[in-house]
Amino acid sequence: MKALILLYRSPQTRVGLILLTFVILVALAAPLLAPFSPVDVDPTARLLPPLSRVLVSSTHSGASAAHAETALHLLGTDSVGRDVLSRLIYGSRLSLTVGFLAVLISAVFGSLVGCLSGYWGGWVEALSAWLIDVQLSFPFLLLAIFLLGALGGGTLAVVLVLALGTWVNYARIVRAQVLSIKNQGYIEAAHATGAGTLRVLFIHILPNTLSPICVVGSFSMALAILTEAGLSFLGVGLDPSTPSWGTMLNDGRDYLLTAWWIATVPGIAIGVTVLGVTLFGEGLRELLDPRGVR
Amino acid sequence: MSPSILDVEGRAASPTILDVEGLSIAFGRPGHGKQVVTDVSFKVERGEALGIVGESGSGKTLTMLSLLRLLPRGAEARAVRASFDGRDLFNLSPAALLEIRGREMAVVFQDPLTALNPVLTVGRQITEVIRRHFRSSAADAQRRAVELLASVGIPDPNLRLRQYPHEFSGGMRQRVTIAMALAGEPRLLIADEPTTALDVTVQAEIVSLIQRLQREKGLTVIWVTHDLALLARIADRVLVMYAGRVVEDAPAAKLFANPRHPYARTLLGSIRQDAPRRNRTTPIPLTAADTGAVGCPFAPRCAEASEQCRSVAPVLKVYGGDTRAACWALDDGSARGAGSLDDGSAQGTGS
Amino acid sequence: MFSFAIGKLLRAATVLLGVSFLTFIIGHASGDPVLLMVRGDATAQQKADLRHSLGLDRPVLAQYVSYVGNALRGDLGISYRQRIAVGQLIRLRLPNSLELAGAAFTTAIILGFALGILAALNRDRVVDHAVAGLSILGQVVPGFWLGLMLVLLFAVHWRILPVSGSGDLAHLILPAVTLALPTLGRMARLVRAGMLDVLNSDYIRTARAKGLTERQVLLGHAVKNALLPLVTQAGLEFGDMVGSAFIIETVFAWPGLGRMAVNAVLQRDFLVVQGCVLVTAAGFVAINLTVDLLYAWIDPRVRGRG
Repeated sequence: MKALILLYRSPQTRVGLILLTFVILVALAAPLLAPFSPVDVDPTARLLPPLSRVLVSSTHSGASAAHAETALHLLGTDSVGRDVLSRLIYGSRLSLTVGFLAVLISAVFGSLVGCLSGYWGGWVEALSAWLIDVQLSFPFLLLAIFLLGALGGGTLAVVLVLALGTWVNYARIVRAQVLSIKNQGYIEAAHATGAGTLRVLFIHILPNTLSPICVVGSFSMALAILTEAGLSFLGVGLDPSTPSWGTMLNDGRDYLLTAWWIATVPGIAIGVTVLGVTLFGEGLRELLDPRGVR
Repeated sequence: MSPSILDVEGRAASPTILDVEGLSIAFGRPGHGKQVVTDVSFKVERGEALGIVGESGSGKTLTMLSLLRLLPRGAEARAVRASFDGRDLFNLSPAALLEIRGREMAVVFQDPLTALNPVLTVGRQITEVIRRHFRSSAADAQRRAVELLASVGIPDPNLRLRQYPHEFSGGMRQRVTIAMALAGEPRLLIADEPTTALDVTVQAEIVSLIQRLQREKGLTVIWVTHDLALLARIADRVLVMYAGRVVEDAPAAKLFANPRHPYARTLLGSIRQDAPRRNRTTPIPLTAADTGAVGCPFAPRCAEASEQCRSVAPVLKVYGGDTRAACWALDDGSARGAGSLDDGSAQGTGS
Repeated sequence: MFSFAIGKLLRAATVLLGVSFLTFIIGHASGDPVLLMVRGDATAQQKADLRHSLGLDRPVLAQYVSYVGNALRGDLGISYRQRIAVGQLIRLRLPNSLELAGAAFTTAIILGFALGILAALNRDRVVDHAVAGLSILGQVVPGFWLGLMLVLLFAVHWRILPVSGSGDLAHLILPAVTLALPTLGRMARLVRAGMLDVLNSDYIRTARAKGLTERQVLLGHAVKNALLPLVTQAGLEFGDMVGSAFIIETVFAWPGLGRMAVNAVLQRDFLVVQGCVLVTAAGFVAINLTVDLLYAWIDPRVRGRG
């Protein structure tokens, strides 16, 4: 709690927190905020520009205009008539969830590998170092496209592939921590007093790595959101009908010249979110590492 | 105070090479910031070895840096007078300042590892000074650099020229920085804690090196240090600084025989009790001296502090003709200085 | 320096081998290529025959070994879709990708460095904030989105640049700038921070104390030290850039390797993908090697270890 107050001090972190909270609230309140359904298709209302009004009534009765209900598409509609604003709002849910899950899996897996390679050393460590080198020699996006193409798309695949992008960072942090514990002889001491190695590792690693992991986590999340957008844009990521910012961009690209709003709006949403996450992450980092890079 | 006149020729015969009066340095905006050096005044005679002593935070290094306008970002210096050889240091054009730096006044900094550029060869860092100030050809500069390295006692100088700072030991590195400082053939050398970052065994070598060079070239040297015992061996005159002010200014012999200011007495008491070799640490409890306080900054630690001491800052007064000290407790034995104009005499003047 | 270089070279070779193996395995997991090549009514026997003729019924390791053997001789197989040698396809498209990546990388490095120095020298003034803003923009929005926006602005609204395709300088500008922006932004920030650190350092104070002109101080002493973080980052950035290039090529219909690879993935033409990945990774490894060597050359302190 004290940390949050400290975070609030720095003006750039404050902005980040505000943006982030805003996006999270939008995501949580999506059903309340979205004027339309994000998935319902309406072929009669395709490619409408922002601020277009449509008749809501679905019956083609000759009812007088005075009784007809209209609805406003604040940000227009896309290629199959779905409301852009609603898809945008629901898209926040998907982007945040995918990003967060990817980071979580990545952190857990990376920490595990780091822990094992630090503790066992020897060939385990050599192997992981080499594997890391191999993975880093791959331009990540290419690997992602390749894997998704091979495995087929879908949300789970996307999350896993995104997790693949950043696990290395966590592995490095945890491994360094394990090595320093080894060097300080805590493990031998633990054995002498009868305590298990696992316990020692747990007690000593967790507090020291939690903070840097959080920092790396926020930057990873930003990267995950951007990458998901790119993958969906290319058509190898999430299913095109799901309301995600990336799929909206995919849709919008074909209609760039005629319906520019479909592609423009999700980009801004992504920018705002990533900015919030990044500023938050930078604030965290300055908090934990007083030296800073100003 | 009358501003000094730019007059190099006329004052060439004057024994005073550096004349500083009323120098103050502050960080931050005037009125809001922190004042770190207050009303510092002193004179340096040609060929003299002046020692400036004080603990960390006394402002001695900043005072020296301000003369060459090398203060860190955010610090501003003002002075009633700061003249080097008759020239006003604080009103120089940028081009004129560059002519003085390295060429007339040079600095040997405390930590030779950080003072040297790690990615340039030692030779390059020396020859660039020569080429900058003397328009030498590359070959001439190279030859001169080899001579300089030899003169500071570095063996095999031709090979060493091509090496990088990290390839030298600490003592050798400091010799390099001395050679570099002398490359411009300056008349005043400021040695800022030149031995603090070195091993005790190497310290003596560096000190005697600088002394020898001083004698050979007729240099004026200002030694800035926290090590009073060092100054006992090499200084002609000593300036004692505390919390950004000058508290005593006396010929070395007189200072060590009979220190006037309570702080100076504490410093000397401490080194007499120590064994001669333990000259690195000053075992005075280091409290944070308040540089911006009203009254004498030493009052909180002074056994003789009176109400006047705590409310009014003492002024420097002359004692015995060549010693100045700022302490109310000495008032009975003092003699006021001769008026407010600087008459250029060899004796210290009241402020 | 020599032993240092040899060590790095060997490591690069093993890594490349690993990359090729990984690619191979993934490619094989992506599905049976035979199904792509035959018509729906092909019999099981016909499929088996085709599989055998392509050598696809051998154990995976044997296939890998012969793949590597062929690859070293320049034969990367034949595309299932297009019936043209993969090597030839790559040869056709690689120069285009190099042109784009080269233009973008050069722009990003040079402009990034210049803007970073500019920002450092004008600390906290308008220029500094403008560079910071540009840098943030390049990093928070997807690069391809910026590309789309630039197209909207320059090609649709103002009509001064073409929408897509390649051919001349005008066609190169938008994709290269789009590709360069994120890197440019990061570089500028890094250089700014590095330069500020350098300008605060003791050896710069020494340089000034020696009476060197500000120009001599900046060019002779500061810049070389400010270059160091740039060089390491540059290698990483190139990798990112190659990855992003795939998307940018698609956005701008740039006939490069990336676009071909993406299409091949979507069409399950995995030999093409494999070939592209291999070529890209090889280039990547080469760049990193160059960066390591360059760094050791600039900073003599590194040569002893590593």
